[in-house]
Amino acid sequence: MRIIKKGKVDKSRCVACGACVKACPIGAVTVWKGRHAVIDENLCIGCGKCENVCPAGSIEIVAREVRQSDAQTLV
Amino acid sequence: MRKRWYDYLWIWSILFFALGFFNILFAWLGLIDFLVPLLFAIIGGNKMFCNRYCGRGQLFSVLGGTLKFSRNKKVPGWLSSKWFRYGFLAFFLAMFGNMLFQTWLVARGANSLTEAIQLFWTLKLPWDWAYTAGMVPDWVAKFSFGFYSLMLTSTLIGLIVMALYKPRTWCAFCPMGTMTQGICKIKRDKDESAPLPTAHE
Ligand code: SF4
Ligand code: SF4
Ligand code: SF4
Repeated sequence: MRIIKKGKVDKSRCVACGACVKACPIGAVTVWKGRHAVIDENLCIGCGKCENVCPAGSIEIVAREVRQSDAQTLV
Repeated sequence: MRKRWYDYLWIWSILFFALGFFNILFAWLGLIDFLVPLLFAIIGGNKMFCNRYCGRGQLFSVLGGTLKFSRNKKVPGWLSSKWFRYGFLAFFLAMFGNMLFQTWLVARGANSLTEAIQLFWTLKLPWDWAYTAGMVPDWVAKFSFGFYSLMLTSTLIGLIVMALYKPRTWCAFCPMGTMTQGICKIKRDKDESAPLPTAHE
């Protein structure tokens, strides 16, 4: 097992401003149909830049355990 | 990431206030910032304006983020709560409506034109250098003063919350942001056939 970090969006709080989209260094976030942000988990490196700029506090970086084999495909 | 032309639209936000300082009639140009986001939301069903083209959001990012005029502290949760966002939107629309009403009163000749702007809906500032009486019908000038006041007041509120919390705190309860997101949500609810996001949460 190993730990990986990923951004997680609280859809009910997100104001769809797109600050996170501009902050993400690898373009892993998009705003979906003007409703809320969506993070592509396959791209996200868990750096926390989106969480830092979010004015609505609707992004959280969560650590989770994954099996070694899954981790390789995810990271 | 490479900067695109639309990453410099924050200059427009400054230019708007500068132009209105010299000639209040330029305030009419601010209607662009009202209509374009609504068009994106109503026609495109997206918040492309907020996400890409809004000069005000960018200005807060530049001042608060790049230039660090922000404490960058956690934003209090109530500022982005539903009741506050919709309540502020309602208040803002009421103030916008009142501004239109005042314009109408001047157009009808019931009120005379005052060459002043009003900050935070209370503080009156003389602004007579920016207008020469008689240039345009009085109501056209009245709308300019009213609209400029609204834009300046909301930007000042935005700057205050930028300094206190995160650069783009204003975006959490910006009436245009709330309105466009609301429109997108209604659109999506009607259009259930739209594909679900591939990656989420
Ligand atoms: S945590 Fe970093 S990589 Fe992941 S979405 Fe946020 S900014 Fe992008
Ligand atoms: S910065 Fe926060 S509120 Fe804005 S779109 Fe991203 S998750 Fe939503
Ligand atoms: S929420 Fe308001 S200030 Fe922020 S990007 Fe959208 S329109 Fe601009």
